[in-house]
Amino acid sequence: MIHVENFSKKFDQRIAVDNLSLHIGKGEIFGLLGPNGAGKTTTIRVLTMLTQPTVGTITIDGCEIGHNRQCIKAVIGVVPQHFNLDIELTAWENLELHGRLHHMPSEIRKQRIADLLEYVELSDRANDMVQKFSGGMKRRLMIARALLHQPKVLFLDEPTVGLDPQVRRRLWELIRRLKSEGLTVLLTTHYIEEAESLCQRVAILEQGKLIALDTPAVLCERLGAYAVEWDEEDGLKTKFFADRMVASEFASTLTTTTTLRRTNLEDAFVELTGRKVVG
Amino acid sequence: MLYDIWTVFWREWLVLQRRIGRFILSRMVSPVLYLVAFGWGLGRSIQVSQGSYLDFIVPGIIALNSMNISFNSVGSPLNMSRLYHKTLEEYLIAPIGSLAFVIGKVLAGALRGLISSVLIIALAYAFGANLLINGWFLLALALNCLVFASMALVAAMTMSSHEDMANFNTYMLLPMSFLCATFFVPDHLPVALKWIIQLLPLTHASYALRAIATNGAVPILSFLMMSIYILLFIGVGVWLMEKVRE
Repeated sequence: MIHVENFSKKFDQRIAVDNLSLHIGKGEIFGLLGPNGAGKTTTIRVLTMLTQPTVGTITIDGCEIGHNRQCIKAVIGVVPQHFNLDIELTAWENLELHGRLHHMPSEIRKQRIADLLEYVELSDRANDMVQKFSGGMKRRLMIARALLHQPKVLFLDEPTVGLDPQVRRRLWELIRRLKSEGLTVLLTTHYIEEAESLCQRVAILEQGKLIALDTPAVLCERLGAYAVEWDEEDGLKTKFFADRMVASEFASTLTTTTTLRRTNLEDAFVELTGRKVVG
Repeated sequence: MLYDIWTVFWREWLVLQRRIGRFILSRMVSPVLYLVAFGWGLGRSIQVSQGSYLDFIVPGIIALNSMNISFNSVGSPLNMSRLYHKTLEEYLIAPIGSLAFVIGKVLAGALRGLISSVLIIALAYAFGANLLINGWFLLALALNCLVFASMALVAAMTMSSHEDMANFNTYMLLPMSFLCATFFVPDHLPVALKWIIQLLPLTHASYALRAIATNGAVPILSFLMMSIYILLFIGVGVWLMEKVRE
């Protein structure tokens, strides 16, 4: 569905994305992972044609960026990181504007707005000004807006940033439902557990470069399925083991407080990048 | 493309409808002050060749007020939309052309300028002014509104902060408000300054509105100059909309 070949983006002398190649299949939830400034948002902005690539070939649903702009606009839905709803309009009017901009016929537009407001549980707030909405409500409305014209690909840029845990989990459920309906989803996040919970495959970016691309399970297995953590004077130490018994035996040799647990995607990230993910 | 223009305009119309009362009241303050200060106050002791000073300045006040309203209806909201609210992105990722967006925004800004001008004309009659209002007068007024709504679009797409927009107002619109044949004819100014003033769009709006309101003359040159400005600003606006993706 999405093919990115040798894509780079430069801003003056700074390289934001360096020679990125990705292939994302139909119906896949794919995560772009990395700390702030890794190039995730730049990648999304190029894929959604808000900025142009410096070099590289990008095709979405067979349409090439730079050659067939209108074709791509019809098949993509975008939920940006910032709340870019029109605060001078109501929830319904925001969706109505989007539907009109995408040339949806009046009857279909009205029906779909009503359906999507119900889908994101905002039907009772349809006629309220979005300025009064909480962060979670705004994000849900933005997802409804992005889905209104029935896109084939949904781009979600940090969809749960700044939201409380309950709202985050409700959004995860919503994103899983989208996948079950056959939508391809590309999401960026710097919350590792979010990528682990939602994505079939993740790409890890570090300073604009792709440093790993695989399923979360494979990335974890490369380290070993089990991790032992213990405190030392110079900080927290972690060692990985393929076998639980071997990990347990190692833990028993330590004299400080130790933790034996399953390896997670954050461990893989730390090992690959040499640092913790920070917000 | 017409449908896309209507969509962009429709959004602005929706917002205007919601605050039409506040819009009308707030837009009446400065023209009333101008009419009181320059018409009733200072104007009583001034005679101009065309008759009363009130009759002389009303076309100038209409020109400068329609300039301010049209400019500010597009300039600040679009600049905020581009830099802070990021709502411009909703239009950039939609399958509509840059020209449709530019025309829709400019028409909506011009409409606000026209509504406020109708109010000033009504106020001017209430203050006792004598004006000839005909189709040519309305055309000149509409052209002036379009000039400054399109200029605002260019400014909004160029200025990199809200403060820069305010500075644009201070350095461009404010001098034009006073110098472009609004309150006096610039014939006695130094030649170089007079030539610069003759090139500015508001001067042609003041000339055209005054000539029509006073004796029904049709100032073709002023119409032409304003039309050139509109085409120029719309062309630059479309180019800036395309360039914003780079």
